[in-house]
Amino acid sequence: MASLAKSNLPRFTTEIFQNEYLAEGAREVNAIVTVTATGGGTTGGRPLGPGADAAPGAVQDAAVILMVDCSGSMDYPPTKMRNARDATAVAIDTIRDGVAFAVVAGTHEAREVYPGDGSLAVASPATREAAKQSLRKLTAGGGTAIGTWLTLADKLFLTRHDITIRHGILLTDGRNEHEKPQDLQKTLDRVSGHFTADCRGVGTDWEVAELRKIASALLGTADIVAEPADLAEDFRSMMTAAMGKQVADVALRVWTPANARVKFVKQVAPDLEDLTQRRSEAGPRAGDYPTGSWGDESRDYHVCVEVPSAAVGNEMLAARISLVLPGADGSTEVLAQGLVRAVWTDDLASSTRISPQVAHYTGQAELASSIQEGLEAHRAGDVDTATAKLGAAVRLAHQTGNEGTFKLLQKVVDVVDPKEGTVRFRKNVSEADSMTLETRSTKTVRVAAKKREG
Amino acid sequence: MTECPGCGEPLDPADVFCENCGTSLVAAPPVPAPAAGADSALPPAAGPVCVHCGAGLVGGDGFCEACGMAQPSPRDHVERSLAGGAGVSDRGVRHHRNEDSFTLAATSLPDGRPAVVAVVCDGVSSASRPDEASQTAADAAGEALLTALEHGEAAEPAMRGAIASAAAAVAALAADGTAPEPGHNSPACTVVSAVAAAGVVTVGWVGDSRAYWIPDDRTDAEPYRLTEDDSWATGMIAAGLMTEAEAYADARAHAITGWLGADADEVVPHTVAFTPHVPGVLLICTDGLWNYAEAATSLADLVRADARTDPLRAARALVAFAVAAGGHDNITVAVLPVQPDPASGWVDTVLDLPVIKPTVPPMPSFPPAVPTEQG
Repeated sequence: MASLAKSNLPRFTTEIFQNEYLAEGAREVNAIVTVTATGGGTTGGRPLGPGADAAPGAVQDAAVILMVDCSGSMDYPPTKMRNARDATAVAIDTIRDGVAFAVVAGTHEAREVYPGDGSLAVASPATREAAKQSLRKLTAGGGTAIGTWLTLADKLFLTRHDITIRHGILLTDGRNEHEKPQDLQKTLDRVSGHFTADCRGVGTDWEVAELRKIASALLGTADIVAEPADLAEDFRSMMTAAMGKQVADVALRVWTPANARVKFVKQVAPDLEDLTQRRSEAGPRAGDYPTGSWGDESRDYHVCVEVPSAAVGNEMLAARISLVLPGADGSTEVLAQGLVRAVWTDDLASSTRISPQVAHYTGQAELASSIQEGLEAHRAGDVDTATAKLGAAVRLAHQTGNEGTFKLLQKVVDVVDPKEGTVRFRKNVSEADSMTLETRSTKTVRVAAKKREG
Repeated sequence: MTECPGCGEPLDPADVFCENCGTSLVAAPPVPAPAAGADSALPPAAGPVCVHCGAGLVGGDGFCEACGMAQPSPRDHVERSLAGGAGVSDRGVRHHRNEDSFTLAATSLPDGRPAVVAVVCDGVSSASRPDEASQTAADAAGEALLTALEHGEAAEPAMRGAIASAAAAVAALAADGTAPEPGHNSPACTVVSAVAAAGVVTVGWVGDSRAYWIPDDRTDAEPYRLTEDDSWATGMIAAGLMTEAEAYADARAHAITGWLGADADEVVPHTVAFTPHVPGVLLICTDGLWNYAEAATSLADLVRADARTDPLRAARALVAFAVAAGGHDNITVAVLPVQPDPASGWVDTVLDLPVIKPTVPPMPSFPPAVPTEQG
C-alpha cells in the first residue's frame, strides 16, 4: 500500500532563505524555511495510511470531535449557550460524509453527547441529523475542567486507530477553575501527539495564556470569539480547514553537525509557535519537531543553530531540514529537504548582510512579545512599561506591514506617531479588544514580495 | 597533542591531519569486534570518510554526516598539462570555493604548424554564481579560439571574437531562469587568453587577470607585463590623478571597471600581439597570484628557471607560492613555453620584445615601453 498512500500525499517543497556568510569567529546561523504543501486538493475522501485498504465508500480519512463548554456560566447571557449550540450544528453540517465524529459536552467532567456509545459516529445525512437533534442535550450547569474533556476526546479518538487525521475543536467561556493547572498539564502531556485541536474562547472571562497553552500543545490555533453570534461562522471555517487536512503527524526534522546546538525552532507564519521544547530525538544529531497535519498550505519556520566556528574559507552544513512522515512500520518518509549552510568569509559586505526574511520574522517575534509584555504590564498597573512596549509594537507592526495587528493595537492605544512608536493608552479600553489583541498577537504576516527580491 | 607523533611537526589544536606528513591526528574510529551473531553485524562503511574530521562519512549532498563540513570539490585544485603548456588552478586558503577556471588546448593551424590556446577566467565574487561564470567563459573562449584558428583566422581577430562569444555566454547565464542570489549582480567574470602560434604570442583580456612575458634569461632579457587592468587603480593612474603607489594603496584599487556579464555596459576586449626573440614562457594568471608579486620582475623571480621545459612544475610552484603567501583569493596560472625560431623569420607585430644583449642579432625595431592596446 506504500505507493498508493504516497500518491495521495500533497507534494511538499521547502525553500531556504538565509545569509550563509559568517564573519571570522561567528557561530550563529539563522534561516527561514518555507514549507509548502500542494496538490492534495481539499475535496473527496482520500484514503491515507492503513485505512486505505478499506472498501470504497466505507473510507474514513479523518475524525473530528467537538468539545463544547456547558459550564453554568454559558447561560450568562443565555445567548451564549444558544449560539454555541447553533455553531456546533453548523460545524456538524460541514463534516464530510465518511468522516468519524463525536460531540462532547464539557463541564467539571466530560459527557458524551453524540453518538454516546463510547465510539465515533460516521458522518452521513442521517447521523448528522441525529447529532444535531442531540444538541438539545447541551445545557449549561457545572464547572470547568478542560483536562477531562481532552481525556474523553482522546479515549474516543483511540477507538479508531486506523484514522490518522484526528482533530478536535474546543470551545470554552471561562477559566479552567475545577482542575489544578498541573493536572491539565499532565493531560496535555499525555494526549499531545494523539490529536490536534483548535481552541476558541467565547466572551471575555477566559484566560488567553491558558487557552494558548492548550492550543500550542495540540498544535492548533487559539482565538477569541468576543461575540457569541460570530461563533457559527468561526466554527464553519475551522471545520473547513480541518476537512482540508490530508496528512497528519508531519515533523520538521533538523539535522545539525557534531558540537552544534539548536538555539530555537519556531513556526513564524501564519502564526508564531515556539517548537524548541517539542524536540524528540531522531537518530544521530537529528531531532523531530511536530508540525501536526497539513492540507494545501504554506508555513514558515525560523531555525537558529549555533555551530562550531571554522576558519575563513570553510563551508559547513549548519542544518539539514527535512519534512518527514512516520510510516506505519516505524520507517519514515522524507517529503522534502533543504540545506542551511555556513560559509566563513573575510568579506565584510557578505557577512554583514542580513537576510530580509530572517530580519522580518525576527521583527514579527519581537512584535508579539512586545504586545504580550505590554498587556501584562498594563494588568500589573505599570502604565509606563505598558506604553513603551505597546509603542514598540506599533512601530514594528507599522514597519513590517502587519496591518491586522496594527488595527488591533489602535483599539487599545491612540497612535501619535507610528514610525517612532509614540502612543497613548486609550481610556476605557474594552476587555474584548484587549483580549483580542493579546490572542492575535502571534499572528504574523509574510515578507512582502518586493522585499524578497532585495 | 602539540606535535605530530609521526614527524615532530608543531601542531595547531584545530589540526586533524599533520601539515607536514599528513598523519591523521584523530583516533581511528574503533573497529567493531567481529560479531558472533549475524543480527549484530554493523553495516559496512559506505562512501568516503570526511577529510576534515576523519570520523564521519560523507553524505549524498557532499557534507560530512558528523561535522557537517563541505568536502573538497574537484575544482578546488585543477591541473592540466600538455605538450604546449600547463595550467594549475587552486581554491587558495580564504575562499570557500574556486571561482577561477581555465582551459588549455593545442591544435594546428591550416598550414600544419602547432598552436596552443589558454584561457584563464576569474569569477566576480560579488556576483551570482561566479564559479559558473568563469567556467562558462573559459569554455566558450577556448572553443571559439580553437575553431577560428583551425579555420585559418588570424590570431587577433580570433581573440576578439573569442572574448565576444565568452561575453555572450556569460551574459546568457543571467537569463537561464535561475533565481538571482539576493544582493548579488548577474554572473560575471574576467578573462585573459593567449594564443602561441607561428612565432607570435597574442593576448586578449577584459578585467584584471593578467599576462606576463618571462624570458628564460632573467639577467639580459627583460620580463614584461603585457596587459593593462580594467581597474580603478589603473584608471586613476592613466588619468594622471594618482601615482601608482597612491592608487594601489586605496581600498578601491582592485575594483574592476571591465568584466564579462549581463550587466557589463560594453565589453571592449583588449588585445596585444608580440614577437618574442628569446626563449621564455608566457604566463597568464588571476589576481590571486599577481596580488603577491605585482611587478613583472618580482614575478619573474618566482618562475622556475626550467619553466619552459617543465611548465607544470613552474605553474605548481607559482600556485604554492601564492597559497603560502596567504591564499586570500583563488589562484590560477597557465604557463605557455615559447621557443622562437629565427630560421623562419620574425613576424612584424606592434610589440616586439627586445633583446637587450647587444650580441644577439637581429635587433628589431625598438618597441614601446608599455604595451599598447588594440581593438
